[in-house]
Amino acid sequence: MTSPGSSALSPLDAQHRALDATLTEFAGWSMPLRYGSQIAEHEAVRRNVGLFDVSHMAQIRLTGTQVVAGLEWSLTGLFADMPVGRAKYSLLCNARGGVVDDLIVYRTGVTDFLVIANAGNRAVVVTELLERCESFDVQVEDVSDAYALLAVQGPRAQELLEDVVTDSSVRPREARYFSCHDVTMEGQVGAWVARTGYTGEDGFEILVAAEHAPHVWDVLLARGGAYGILPCGLAARDSLRLEAGMPLHGAELTPERDPFSAGLHWAVKLTRATGDPHECVGAEALTEASVALESWREQPQNAPVDARILVGLLGNGRRAARTGYDVRTLDGVAVGHITSGVPSPTLGQQIAMAYVHPAVASPGTVLHVDVRGRDEVMEVHPLPLYTRPDRT
Amino acid sequence: MSEVPGDLKYSAEHEWVRGEASEGSEVTVGITAYAAEALGDVVYAELPAVGATVEAGVVCGELESTKAVSELFSPVGGTVTVVNDALTATPETINADPFGEAWLFKVKVSAAAELLDAEQYTALIS
Repeated sequence: MTSPGSSALSPLDAQHRALDATLTEFAGWSMPLRYGSQIAEHEAVRRNVGLFDVSHMAQIRLTGTQVVAGLEWSLTGLFADMPVGRAKYSLLCNARGGVVDDLIVYRTGVTDFLVIANAGNRAVVVTELLERCESFDVQVEDVSDAYALLAVQGPRAQELLEDVVTDSSVRPREARYFSCHDVTMEGQVGAWVARTGYTGEDGFEILVAAEHAPHVWDVLLARGGAYGILPCGLAARDSLRLEAGMPLHGAELTPERDPFSAGLHWAVKLTRATGDPHECVGAEALTEASVALESWREQPQNAPVDARILVGLLGNGRRAARTGYDVRTLDGVAVGHITSGVPSPTLGQQIAMAYVHPAVASPGTVLHVDVRGRDEVMEVHPLPLYTRPDRT
Repeated sequence: MSEVPGDLKYSAEHEWVRGEASEGSEVTVGITAYAAEALGDVVYAELPAVGATVEAGVVCGELESTKAVSELFSPVGGTVTVVNDALTATPETINADPFGEAWLFKVKVSAAAELLDAEQYTALIS
């Protein structure tokens, strides 16, 4: 669907145009930024349910007798003991330990995995997986163009899925968080549903053949009316994920930063259950980054002047701390920069994520953010900045 | 297509002017529905102070939406006489009623300004 000089179109493009969406260029795709008010869309997800088209994300299938070994060499996670029908967040790192992309890995069969990658990293992830799996019996196939990906997110997502899933081995209400399975949806359409998302709410992601996507979208919007559904764009997706403390590749995660300073130590397994090291691309650099982080935490004042770790920030000003703004101590010493920031619709405060020096990374530390020449006061706060009510 | 009231004048930077923009007269300034829609949800409005001198086509404040910050230009030159302080507490009015309740400020005009009529402005945003 991609042609030089023009954006790729989602299989749901006609739906977006019919809804009069404001479209934006994102990672080479023309996608909805918002349909109406971003704040209304954000609130629909927190209170009821929202429907997102995330078909720009890449789907890559890995199969073969050595698929587990290939994935474990390629990514920072371990997959041997992962049951079929489960999902896992993982990272593809370079030899320097930098994050090339963050991914969700679904085990769809004993020797069959599906990897969802960020749209902007589709080519690099496919290339890296092909190269890294070359010496294994693994087939890597980019199946992105064949599918649409929809996200149904919010406290009423489960009720809506119950209505539209006509047949399934596991009913939506019984599906565990980070589980996945095949379903049949209203209209006898086969789909694949995972209880995952990027909003901090309960929710589901639905993978469906591109040609069936408009039908599934229409059914979800029509049935969702009873639950207060709104179609939601990328703007709301960004403010939701930021409240939920979820990093975004290109903002918090880059090939120049290691996962430990981003707080993603839990997604990096340097050691197997047997005690043996987990050999993967970047393992040596990742081990060094892990040791460095440990020492910064123990003696933050002694961390190198350019050491940085990711923190959340909360402020009561009227002006948002935006990407790239400088963060300083109250004495004016530069200690980092903002990676993402928005006015939080849920909290009614300014929220941001920032990389700052370990010495000023403790919760409660008060810092200045240079908002276009004027300092705004913000305070370091543990991530996430928002936790849904039934999780607190 | 956004609303473009026929009784107002417009700038190319998407402000509207109510009243005759001739020397010595007072006009009311706001942003158009087209601009409000393009901005998205406005969360903060920084307006010029009463008594401030503004120049046509020059930045005099900023409007911040959930996604971005945009500069606010004055469509006319003169002295600011009144500022709509209600927008500090309820900037969302700019999205809800850009041509009415969400007027931004009033200016005592020092020099006649060249502005677009509704037809010309409609052509600009089409």
